[in-house]
Amino acid sequence: MGIEVFVQQLINGLTLGSIYGLIAIGYTMVFGIIGMVNFAHGDVFMLSAFIALIGFLVLTTILGIGSVALALFIAMLVGMVLTSLWGWSLERLAYRPLRGSFRLAPLISAIGVSIFLSNFVQLAQGARNKPTPPMMQEVIPLFERNGYLVALSYKQLIIMLVTATLLTGFWYVVKKTSLGRAQRACEQDRKMAALVGIDVDRTIALTFVLGAALAAVAGTMYLLYYGVVNFADGFIPGVKAFTAAVLGGIGSLPGAVLGGLIIGLVETMWSAVFPIEYKDVASFCILAIVLTFMPSGILGRPEVEKV
Amino acid sequence: MTALLSIRGVEAAYGAIVALKGVDLEVNQGEIVTLIGSNGAGKSTLMMTIFGNPRARRGSIAFDGRDITALPTHEIARLRIAQSPEGRRIFPRMTVYENLQMGAELDGAAHFREDLERMLAIFPRLKERLHQRGGTMSGGEQQMLAIARALMARPRLLLLDEPSLGLAPLIAKQIFAVVADLNRREGMTVFLVEQNAYHALKLAHRGYVMVTGQITMSGTGAELLANPDVKAAYLEGGAH
Repeated sequence: MGIEVFVQQLINGLTLGSIYGLIAIGYTMVFGIIGMVNFAHGDVFMLSAFIALIGFLVLTTILGIGSVALALFIAMLVGMVLTSLWGWSLERLAYRPLRGSFRLAPLISAIGVSIFLSNFVQLAQGARNKPTPPMMQEVIPLFERNGYLVALSYKQLIIMLVTATLLTGFWYVVKKTSLGRAQRACEQDRKMAALVGIDVDRTIALTFVLGAALAAVAGTMYLLYYGVVNFADGFIPGVKAFTAAVLGGIGSLPGAVLGGLIIGLVETMWSAVFPIEYKDVASFCILAIVLTFMPSGILGRPEVEKV
Repeated sequence: MTALLSIRGVEAAYGAIVALKGVDLEVNQGEIVTLIGSNGAGKSTLMMTIFGNPRARRGSIAFDGRDITALPTHEIARLRIAQSPEGRRIFPRMTVYENLQMGAELDGAAHFREDLERMLAIFPRLKERLHQRGGTMSGGEQQMLAIARALMARPRLLLLDEPSLGLAPLIAKQIFAVVADLNRREGMTVFLVEQNAYHALKLAHRGYVMVTGQITMSGTGAELLANPDVKAAYLEGGAH
């Protein structure tokens, strides 16, 4: 692989990794606070891509908004609101009643929700790929070597910028605001959190809302990047984002982002060298290897705490 | 005096294990009341039952004339009842500073700066550790932090569960002195659970003795200290 291909794949990998990272945060946050893998999260991401698509088409064709960026931005906001609502109801209806039940119960419920969501979208939208009209085709040429043009597309730039901005804001919320402190308190000791006056149920619901909102951004970015979405798109990106969360150390927010970037890079680098059909195999081998040899991930904490 | 906290015939259980078998107890405004008893008598359970976790199966709990038996835990806390619980329960991956912020949450953080300064003056050790993670501190330091965190709420009722546990005698003494001082100068109402019966009864205005989930004796601190049964059961070799 020449340097030009490497740099191009680096750009592609970081873009893809940003999307995975945004989804991975939803997995890791929910796991951190209630110790459950929300397997429906990938489908929430898929749902949000559909909402963004529908929103975008309504805004551009029916309401006649000329600016693609503006239409996409509004569609993303709408998507964030709707998926947040969905995340909130999901927690309320499918998970909260099972809290205090045996450990596997919410997990099974999550798988049920996931099947429900993908089938619902299949029924409502059809099984075929849904494309967007071509948008933002411009690229910024970086350099040319051996007749190969290395370029950063507007789409990629937007995806990376949006992700970086959002993560900064998100980091601030978690570290510096009382909502973030309440979340961390519930994650570390739910019983004590209630003793200092924190509404634990509300905090858990807000965690689902935040995770769903980030997934909505990821869904919009995914749509922008690939220009197409399908009812089954919740599964593979969802499991990859889950892999990213595990690789980074489940429960760790920086870990989720780091894991996302690594998975994105592995995937694109693999595709540059090996047959592209096997790129998913590469990602999932990472999942197996991490779970076997370092289950607490790169930035995860070991289970034992000094008490 | 009006009873600030009034517990009537409270029963509570963990599954099939009945931990409280009809407890009656009162804490008046401005008092220090202590509950003594041996390990497993149900003292800590009572402290948690006040917060509805576990919930009382029978009987009632009232705070400031209001029935709180069925209130959610966080709403009980928001009535300004703060607890330094059994096992300290410091948020382990938060710094000392953040733990104190958590305590101040009940007070709406309105007096945070002022109260922080005060806590650091009372417990200078915490000042040295302000940006260290709570979980990495020693047991004694965590105990101080747990008490300071509870005080940050400016509680109307302060519940202390074994504040002297695991502390060097000198530090334990210092903590009792802090409690006495807050009570005397600010009229803070304190409900204290202790195994260290001698110090607790010396400090308290009134005391209760609990045996296997029931109150068996009550009286002023001095009365209980002088009681031969209390002496035999809880003070043997403990008066140091």
